[in-house]
Amino acid sequence: MNIIVCVKHVPDTEAAIKPLPDGSGVATDGLNYVLNPYDEFAVEEAIRIKESGGDSTVTVITVGPEDATKSLRTAIAMGADEGIHLKDPAFLETDAQGTAAILSEAVKTLPYDLILCGKQAVDDDCAQVGPALAERLGIPNVSVVTRMSIESGKVVAHSELEGATQVLECTLPAVLTAQKGLNEPRYPKLPMIMKAKRKEIKILDAAALGMSPEDVAPKAKRLSVSTPPPRRAGRVLEGDVAEVVKETVRLLKEEAKVL
Amino acid sequence: MDFKLSEEQEILRETIRDFAKNEIAPVAAEMDAEAKFPRDIVMKLGELGFMGMMVPGEYGGSELDCVAYTIALEEISKACASTGVTVSVQNSLVCQPLLDHGSEDQKQKYLAPLASGKHLGAFSLTEPEAGSDVANVQTTAVLDGDHYVVNGTKIFVTTGGDADTILLFVSTDRAKKSKGMSALILEKDTPGFSLGKKEDKMGMRASNTYELVLENARIPKENLLGQEGEGIKIGLKALDGGRVGIAAQAVGIAQAALEASVEYSKQRKQFGKAICEFQSIQWMLADMATETDAARLLVWHAADLKDRGLRYTKEAAMAKLFASETAMRTAIKAVQILGGYGYMKDYPVERNFRDAKLTEIYEGTSEIQRLVIAASLLR
Repeated sequence: MNIIVCVKHVPDTEAAIKPLPDGSGVATDGLNYVLNPYDEFAVEEAIRIKESGGDSTVTVITVGPEDATKSLRTAIAMGADEGIHLKDPAFLETDAQGTAAILSEAVKTLPYDLILCGKQAVDDDCAQVGPALAERLGIPNVSVVTRMSIESGKVVAHSELEGATQVLECTLPAVLTAQKGLNEPRYPKLPMIMKAKRKEIKILDAAALGMSPEDVAPKAKRLSVSTPPPRRAGRVLEGDVAEVVKETVRLLKEEAKVL
Repeated sequence: MDFKLSEEQEILRETIRDFAKNEIAPVAAEMDAEAKFPRDIVMKLGELGFMGMMVPGEYGGSELDCVAYTIALEEISKACASTGVTVSVQNSLVCQPLLDHGSEDQKQKYLAPLASGKHLGAFSLTEPEAGSDVANVQTTAVLDGDHYVVNGTKIFVTTGGDADTILLFVSTDRAKKSKGMSALILEKDTPGFSLGKKEDKMGMRASNTYELVLENARIPKENLLGQEGEGIKIGLKALDGGRVGIAAQAVGIAQAALEASVEYSKQRKQFGKAICEFQSIQWMLADMATETDAARLLVWHAADLKDRGLRYTKEAAMAKLFASETAMRTAIKAVQILGGYGYMKDYPVERNFRDAKLTEIYEGTSEIQRLVIAASLLR
């Protein structure tokens, strides 16, 4: 089985994020970048499928800048077989739709039975790439997957909704996006981290994919990035219940202005 | 001069940092309170390749360079210094001497189980009458047919209670003093070998520290490491590498104390402000951070020299001396910054304080390190 996992190189969620002084974007100086946590679930699932028997290959692929190779090598250290880096100056400013377009150009040249992604990237939280990729490849998509099992030629997946779980079945190939709880990602073993260093990563640029800068230009323009207003301390209202209710309604109307 | 970590060093650091945060830090205080050896954690670290970090792949090791090793040790020790020393001893004081001096048979037999963490190792040099004065070892080993008959008492052996493979330093010729010392590989179930007292320590309490008793213990002569008379050379060479490991451990302790202090000072309010706004606190934090960074760079320098195959005795001694004294100074300031709360076991800095002290003593006291450094300058 040929499994492709799409990953993204994102800032560590432990980092304190600040906008640039001119509000044009996020300050990336000094941020530590890691493999997107939701993608870790996808990588882990792919490796488990490989380990469960049969003859499978796991290929990780990313659209990213120079240092995105670190995330590819982290996935390889976990147990992925091959890494592909889609790298081009034109790709740096693209959006989720552009990323899906780039990935589809690369993926359609490869053999694939299953494509796994994280449900969203923790930096922009768009959650679009997985479904958009499936759309472009013309294959089914199940997102927010907390459980999946492959049976000859099809996959049964549990997709999480608000307060319920949908169990869906579709034919392969398909794109599934991983939710937290799908599995417990392994820590890469040290010898594998050292071995991953030597693995050759295939690099493809826009020309190799037959894409022009217009193909990947963002469709929405970012106007500004700012921090949300600081969260004020909550207030505890005391007194008898009837009084407190009256006061709460007044505050919601006059101060919070939500009624 | 590039101080930037390589890609694989960064991946390694993130992996062990995650592991330390998820698996070690949550239980560190409990292990300290109960003086409970972290066997499960050590087993998991072994599976991930952290118990034989610099051992070649053919013996089941992870083939890391020494700089990467110090990065891993720092992260482990930041979460739990006791786990850190256990890992450091295994790597630097047991696996390394076996690699450097072991015969192929000895390497095949002992190195793989140690590198995978299935077996635990210990380094036994200290005796009641031989601390800094290592040459004063009085445990004797007399060749009797195919065995050495060993008699004596060893103390303060890290992991002594759980070790499967112990590097035992004995005197095979007392007349020759230091040149009459030899190193033997002692297996746990050797007849005549028993465990003595388990020490009740100020700090590093999850690391088990034991007395070893040898009464006509019979160790096969194939278990001689290197040649007779090479004991002191083997021991001191191992301690050079061990020093770099302990220095990394001390940096981890200092870093833990620093981070706890920074976080606390942002939250604690007195006189209407967070205490981090007071100059006195800022000056303390600045000194703690500067010294911790300086200690780390000394550690990396010594490790880098070792990786290049260059002489690193002086640099290892400097790193161990400075990092251990930094850990102590930083931990003292951390308790002071946290004030009354810093004195309570609910907060981690009192444990950093108790753990830091031992780094100034073991694997060569600060006094010995100063002599080593001076000897290097005055050669």
